[in-house]
Amino acid sequence: MQHDDVIWDIIGNKQFCSFKVKTKSQNFCRNEYNITGLCNRSSCPLANSQYATIREEKGQCFLYMKVIERAAFPAKMWEKVKLSKNYEKALEQIDENLLYWPRFIRHKCKQRFTKITQYLIRMRKLVLKRQRKLVPLSRKVEQREKRKEEKALIAAQLDNAIEKELLERLKEGTYGDIYNFPVHAFDKALQQQDEESESESEEEEEEDDDEDVGKREFVAEEEVEESDLSDFEDMNKLRTSSDEEEEEDEEELSEEDEEEEMEVETKASRSKGKSPANGAAARKKRAYVEIEYEQETEPASKSRATS
Amino acid sequence: MDITEVPVSQDNRGKKKKNKKPKKKKSVAEEGDGGGGGGAEKKEEKMEKSEAASAFPPTFSVSEIKNKQRRHLMFMKLKQEKRKQKMQLRKKKKKEREALGDKAPPKEVPKTIENQRVYDETTVDPEDEEVAFDEGTDEFSAYFNGLTNPKVLITTSDRPRGRTVRFCEQLATVIPNAHVYYRRGLALKRIIPQCVARNFTYLMVINEDRKVPNGMVLCHLPDGPTAHFKVSSVRLRKEIKRRGKDPTEHSPEVILNNFTTRLGHSIGRLFAALFPQDPQFVGRQVATFHNQRDFIFFRFHRYIFKNEKKVGIQELGPRFTLKLRSLQKGTFDSKFGEYEWVLKRHEMDACRRKFQL
Repeated sequence: MQHDDVIWDIIGNKQFCSFKVKTKSQNFCRNEYNITGLCNRSSCPLANSQYATIREEKGQCFLYMKVIERAAFPAKMWEKVKLSKNYEKALEQIDENLLYWPRFIRHKCKQRFTKITQYLIRMRKLVLKRQRKLVPLSRKVEQREKRKEEKALIAAQLDNAIEKELLERLKEGTYGDIYNFPVHAFDKALQQQDEESESESEEEEEEDDDEDVGKREFVAEEEVEESDLSDFEDMNKLRTSSDEEEEEDEEELSEEDEEEEMEVETKASRSKGKSPANGAAARKKRAYVEIEYEQETEPASKSRATS
Repeated sequence: MDITEVPVSQDNRGKKKKNKKPKKKKSVAEEGDGGGGGGAEKKEEKMEKSEAASAFPPTFSVSEIKNKQRRHLMFMKLKQEKRKQKMQLRKKKKKEREALGDKAPPKEVPKTIENQRVYDETTVDPEDEEVAFDEGTDEFSAYFNGLTNPKVLITTSDRPRGRTVRFCEQLATVIPNAHVYYRRGLALKRIIPQCVARNFTYLMVINEDRKVPNGMVLCHLPDGPTAHFKVSSVRLRKEIKRRGKDPTEHSPEVILNNFTTRLGHSIGRLFAALFPQDPQFVGRQVATFHNQRDFIFFRFHRYIFKNEKKVGIQELGPRFTLKLRSLQKGTFDSKFGEYEWVLKRHEMDACRRKFQL
């Protein structure tokens, strides 16, 4: 027999109900047929033999009803009525099915139905908007890539690469006449240099080179090393090409002697205006070249602009 | 207590070594001795100090010692030995070089990843006609023939935070004719037709994660390819040391380094078409996209030629690195788009010497 009060007495307050969820202020009911979701005397589907709910399945709303006549047949206890998709018609259907039922249940059913239709509408709208896809990151992979990136950065030697590219562009003449470096003098100097480095070597003595007066050495032409920038003040000081040829020969000699010294600043002083072809001027870490010339060591205050 | 089995005697030896100063490795003979008086062993050890590195039974390895401290000690010793041998070898080689003087064989080039790179069959030959023909007729041909001027729209993902916003602003100063627009939750597919209608040539979307930009979608507009990159190491202007003043409005030059394969070529053209065709040399600004091991480093510099052989560069604008994740034909369409190239980590990252760009 269905004694609602007895049932409620037991599960409501005194003993255990497996659907009850207790929180500090409220009790909730997890029963799927519960109409309000709260654990109350009037909302408990177990403690009410005449009960109705609205539930939705895949976007379709159904009205479930339970009457005391079927209390003995648990399999057939709930009567399921499909509600129309039209909101007003569905409300009428609810009214018609729950005619003569307690006011509370009718009211709550309609409220629940309204809420369900609202959230179904919202779901449909959201699907049309942009969906955000969350992609999981694997920590190992990220760390690996970070490390690879650092190593690639070191291997890239960006500053050198950029400088080389710019100098090549200058040589090829993409800049036209903007810069006043006489490119033909440069080429001529190149050719001359090639001849001279093999043949002459006699002219090297006229320098005021204390150590190597009169000594002849045949030295291989050395590669240009791209250097970090030195000061900008050198732009003003230009020299004639002849001076520079002498200067380089002398450099080569003195470099043989003082190979170990790494003086960064001296290169700046050597490289003026029309620099000679073989790139002796642009060497960074080579020897300490001239002591005689006026601008030997550059002031340390020159800004290093490359980061 | 003197057990003469080999493993334990090693421990014994190890213990003694630990207590006294670390000595050289012992010979097999001594191992066979096993124990012995402590003093006697000490003397033997001292005698054997002068011996060269000993020969152990071939199955012995440092990792078989169970005790961590002793194992560590043995390993350190092994390392020292190796280092010593290496130094000796180097010295010998150097002496030989000096002795031979000019006739010395040329120095060996050390192996680098770039040296050892697996040859990629899609590497573009400069004289390849097919490639040249392709490039003459692809989506960038309009740009490279001078017909269109680039106009870039920069936007972000939803609700960008501080860094991303500033990054977008700085990008807009670097790329001439770029406009930043705030994205208000609009769908990209809706934005694209509007952009096309207003003659934009590029759409750049910076994706943000936790207040930091981490992705970029670069879409060439009329119906060009869409590239999706991972963005890392973003440095805004104020974080760059020794930087110069803000970039001016002149169009910068563009440098593209190391884009060798066919895919690299397409990406290179993608970047090149961001900037106007005629750089203004007066501005002396250069934007560089340098590809190294599939990472594309972007830098923005101002240069000055000090003479014909030297140039000084000063970094200006923001810097970041990109890694290509996918290249898709057509405009942005992640569901139905046709992907020309997608990063498949398991296949592509398996070999360390193989790069795609």
